[in-house]
Amino acid sequence: MSAPGYTNLNSSAGYNPNSTPNGGAAPPRQNGPLQNYPSMYPPTGYYSAPPQHQSYPTIPGQNISAPSKAITNSAHSIDYYWNNHQQQQQQHLPQHHVAPSYSTGPPSQPYASIPSSAPPSSNAQYIQQPFQQQQPPFAPPGSYYGQQSYQAPPAQLHQQQHSSLALAPAPIHPNVSYLSAPGSSQHGTLSSSQSPSTPGAMTTQVGAPLHQYSSTPPPSSTALQPRYNTSAHAQITATVNGKGSTAGVQNNIHPYYDQSPPAPGSYESYSGGAQSSGDVDQPPSGTPTASVHSSPGHHQGMQYGYVANSGASSASAATSGPAEPPLSSSSDDDEEEDEDEEAGGDTSSSSTGSASPLPNNYDSLEGGSYPDSMPPSNDMTNQAPPYGNYGYHNTQSTYQPGLDTHADSPPSQNLYGQPGYQQYAQPFPNFSQLSAALGGLSGVPELEVEALRPVNLLQERNLLPPRPLEAPEPNLSPDLKKVNCSPQTFRCTLSSIPQTQALLNKARLPLGLLLHPFRDLQQLPVITSNTIVRCRSCRTYINPFVTFLDQRRWKCNLCYRVNDVPDEFMYNPVTRSYGEPHKRPEVQNSTVEFIASSDYMLRPPQPAVYLFVLDVSHNAVEAGYLKYFCDALLENLDKMPGDARTRVGFLTFDSTIHFYNLREGLSQPQMLVVSDIDDIFIPSHDSLMVNLKESKELVKELLTSLPAMFSQTRETHSALGPALQAAFKLMSPTGGRVTVFQTQLPTLGAGKLQSREDPNQRSGTKGVQHLGPATDFYKKLALDCSGQQIGVDFFLLSSQYSDLASLACISKYSAGSVFYYPSFHYIHNPAQLEKFQKDLDRYLTRKIGFEAVMRIRCTKGLSIHTFHGNFFVRSTDLLSLANVNPDSGFAVQMSIDNSLADSSLACFQAALLYTSSKGKRRIRVHTLCLPVVSQLTDVYIGADVQAVTCLLANMAIDRSISSSLSDARDALVNAVVDFVSAYKSSVSNLQQSGLVVPAVMRLFPLYILALLKQKALRTGTSTRLDERVFAMCEFKTQPLQQLMRMVHPDLYRLDNMSDQGALHLNDSIVPQPHLLHLSAERLSRDGAFLMDCGNVFFLWIGKSCNEMFIRDVLGCPSYASIPPNMSHIPELQTPLSERLRAFLDWLQDNRAFSASIHVVKDDASAKATFFQHLVEDRCDSASSYSEFLQHIQQQMSK
Amino acid sequence: MAFTFAAFCYMLALLLTAALIFFAIWHLVLPEYLIHFFFCVMFLCATEWLTLTLNLPLLAYHVWRYTSRPVMSGPGLYDPTTIMNADILAYCQKEGWCKLAFYLLSFFYYLYGYVFSSSRLFTPDYFLI
Repeated sequence: MSAPGYTNLNSSAGYNPNSTPNGGAAPPRQNGPLQNYPSMYPPTGYYSAPPQHQSYPTIPGQNISAPSKAITNSAHSIDYYWNNHQQQQQQHLPQHHVAPSYSTGPPSQPYASIPSSAPPSSNAQYIQQPFQQQQPPFAPPGSYYGQQSYQAPPAQLHQQQHSSLALAPAPIHPNVSYLSAPGSSQHGTLSSSQSPSTPGAMTTQVGAPLHQYSSTPPPSSTALQPRYNTSAHAQITATVNGKGSTAGVQNNIHPYYDQSPPAPGSYESYSGGAQSSGDVDQPPSGTPTASVHSSPGHHQGMQYGYVANSGASSASAATSGPAEPPLSSSSDDDEEEDEDEEAGGDTSSSSTGSASPLPNNYDSLEGGSYPDSMPPSNDMTNQAPPYGNYGYHNTQSTYQPGLDTHADSPPSQNLYGQPGYQQYAQPFPNFSQLSAALGGLSGVPELEVEALRPVNLLQERNLLPPRPLEAPEPNLSPDLKKVNCSPQTFRCTLSSIPQTQALLNKARLPLGLLLHPFRDLQQLPVITSNTIVRCRSCRTYINPFVTFLDQRRWKCNLCYRVNDVPDEFMYNPVTRSYGEPHKRPEVQNSTVEFIASSDYMLRPPQPAVYLFVLDVSHNAVEAGYLKYFCDALLENLDKMPGDARTRVGFLTFDSTIHFYNLREGLSQPQMLVVSDIDDIFIPSHDSLMVNLKESKELVKELLTSLPAMFSQTRETHSALGPALQAAFKLMSPTGGRVTVFQTQLPTLGAGKLQSREDPNQRSGTKGVQHLGPATDFYKKLALDCSGQQIGVDFFLLSSQYSDLASLACISKYSAGSVFYYPSFHYIHNPAQLEKFQKDLDRYLTRKIGFEAVMRIRCTKGLSIHTFHGNFFVRSTDLLSLANVNPDSGFAVQMSIDNSLADSSLACFQAALLYTSSKGKRRIRVHTLCLPVVSQLTDVYIGADVQAVTCLLANMAIDRSISSSLSDARDALVNAVVDFVSAYKSSVSNLQQSGLVVPAVMRLFPLYILALLKQKALRTGTSTRLDERVFAMCEFKTQPLQQLMRMVHPDLYRLDNMSDQGALHLNDSIVPQPHLLHLSAERLSRDGAFLMDCGNVFFLWIGKSCNEMFIRDVLGCPSYASIPPNMSHIPELQTPLSERLRAFLDWLQDNRAFSASIHVVKDDASAKATFFQHLVEDRCDSASSYSEFLQHIQQQMSK
Repeated sequence: MAFTFAAFCYMLALLLTAALIFFAIWHLVLPEYLIHFFFCVMFLCATEWLTLTLNLPLLAYHVWRYTSRPVMSGPGLYDPTTIMNADILAYCQKEGWCKLAFYLLSFFYYLYGYVFSSSRLFTPDYFLI
């Protein structure tokens, strides 16, 4: 059964014939028996012990026949010695690390004893003992077999686990690099990061043991990178070779490699914790070498194993034959559920489910399949390197103190440190205590008082905090706070969840989440595990907020089902001990990434495929973007995320569609012109999307010649619709990313549009028409694209109206991004050109995830109401994202269906399943935990004014499209009115007149006023329709912080910055000037002010600004000599300039697209663009802040 | 004449309403609208004013609903990109239940109307005897 289902997958694999040679005959991946084989084999071949154990368990599962057992035994014995050796070395680790606690913990003891005693005998004894009761990690061969015979399904599990675990070492490097993210590509970065790392930082206790271990094998640190490459290589070769049973085996190997990398990453987090807590007992040098060495050692092992596998695989396959049926039968509901949820397969899910080996993970584990336990111990050796890496990361992170990433790291450290220590001694009581204490009543009184302090807005004028607002801390126990999800990733409008919908209605605040699920993280635990532990009923991933009832059971925090802890999960890689599931990385970090097994694939992971669709009509040539695009792409060709399978293609269009044949071997690119735009066909199927590596020269040639090719064109028409159809046809076999550049209104073929904008109505207050699409062509095409996993990113560079409202649909529903450069011209508009170039640099090199789905789960009683962002909603809680990029955010409206009274905590979990650009399937899981409160005042204390504003903005955009702009504006005003009156009526002890709001929400009216003055929602000020629509798109997709900067820019005074409260980062001092209100009265002529609008900085120079400032910072002798369109800060070697640039860099650092800077003189015409951001002032027909407050008050008294 | 056109209309409406009940449950929008429109026209022809009046509000609602549908080139009412929003989904479901109730009631009304209109014609015969 499994086999047929599998074949189906393969057929789907056929989707991209080009991608892999093997495609036809041998399925690229085999879920069923084949996978098992690879896992098995590696162990045998693998002289390095850890993986081997795992592998051998797998064998029994599939093959009940005697011969297979014999093989496994031999392998096992060999491995065995290795294991012992490793274990001895490993011992160091526990001792250094958690020595005292370790001794106390019962599980740890067995391990410790093992290393000291003779390896084989001790193990066997140990195994037997646990086997009966505890199910010890290690199973003696004999006992093991017995188990196998009676349980087939468990064996499968084991095998998977083994494969992942054993492999882990090799992958480690890639993972690490991935985390370190900055600069290099995921994998590449890791290796690079390690090499640069300073020894001091590296030192970790863990590292030391590893180091010793590593000493035996010769590998050097440099080996890591090469090894990684080789592994990739191996994958390729495997696929090529793949045919018949052996092919299957080899293919399996491929996944094997993939999995391994993540494993190290997962340990990273641990290592980090160890490092911080442990405080470097070991010499620094030790860790780096250790990490390095381990990887090389593994590497060799892997290669070796690979060869052996190919040979052995056939044998095993033969033996396994009989056993297969049981396997397939065993695969059951669990798997299918998995498929449905995350893999998101419609029809295909069933097939994968049947094929997947995992089916009965939980059952099997419960049944007491012990063999798994053994492998983990081995893994520890592998893991050691990651520790080193981890430490490295921490030290390396560019910004230590201020940044959010830190917020993440401290918790983990603490966990590992003393708290972890205690838990170690008495593991489970702690958790129950925690949960009991979670109630949310343990808040800090002073904070509450401050948050609730009534603020009369009519009297208090200085509302802004000195520094940009931080997200409110949920009122949780310190232990939970430490592990809670970073507010940058996951934020709730109410950080205290009201118990009932009635209470929520009473508060008059929207309940919702703001997510930034794929943002670039500097630290991310990556976990490779054969069993991804999830709740059996609601499929929630295990997370830090579950409750462990005892050693073997955990209670889901979303649906409250009691689940069993799988055997593999009992092993804690950090302490290398058994029986501490609550210390696993999944339970210690609220943001983790799993390397998914083939159960999460509907088809083999797609390669990175990029198609560029370029407008080359006369208008486009006039605007001159083509040259800059080609230059940027040429420059970033090697930095685009991808691997050896990466494919690219180009397509240009005016009134016809031009394809480019870039097949390897051609002397120069061939242009194929299709002029039949009514019935688009693809002229050649295998040479238009080409492997980037193989055809790089041709691609480069094309990019250099492309700008000149159309310089004389007279064609003014634009057939965008047919071009998109062609792109869809070109990409549909694989999926991937389509990047469209368009410079005018499409005028030909399907999807042609008419100008709908009446320039005279731009400033009309009567309501704005045409915010919605004029045709559903682009929406339908986008849905088709989404179905084929194609994401479309849309760059609009036009000076004329181009009906972005219609065109943006192509990105909106295919999870793409929209970029708009109004009035783009390469000479006349240098500011836009610079922005375009910067955006392109980021766009081309940023991370990307393919064929993604995201599911958001929440505690029983809460339900998701509406999603905001770019995606296609496939079911009520499942988003289909053809592409996912690190710069887009999502918003979710929630409602409370049932009372949450029976729990003190509410949790939200967002799981994002995607294919990385390296062809690995990964699941990123974020979990947020918030207290549930029953009092209105508690709800107000937890209100997050920024999140509320952003969610309201999203809702207003929806309203303005579905209803009208004036409706949306009224709704926003009403939101303030409702809130203020609700607060007034609910807090009865307030006798003050005027507008009184709690201190936490004191900025709410200001933010709403700022929203009303945004391009998206303003009336009365002349706003081009395209710009308005683009602003709406931005509202829907920008992450919260970026959005807040756009809505309410940060204003600082720069000419008198002091070092008071400055941050000391690395070698620079970053001053922290105070925030100023956005009002002209805060400006002064003798000052210089910086306004941070998110994607642009304005440096406003007063007329009588300090000459010294102008000279030192701008390099101009006087105010009069400042050039009118200055858009950069010269790098002068003056202290003032250095500090200012340090501050700018610091501001710049945590945003994705670097902001351009404009120097604005007091008298320049650019002044208008600056003053329109001063939202507290009256401008045109929009009211000032005090007028707005009075308006609110009038509304309230009605 | 024992079997008038009005009786025929009622009989037809009776049968079609049975279908509508299922269409309302399964949200087969277009067939439902067409069928409903069809027997409204039939009642108009049969000059069954009371019955027509009862159906007119629903007819008007159908017209309004279809004219205010999202922009789309093909036929249809539901937009795949928004239908999963909980409020729209809830609205559509509520709409379905309300229509179900209406069709159920009208089913019995038509049944009665059928019997009544046919018996009304029979009656004179009986009395004539």
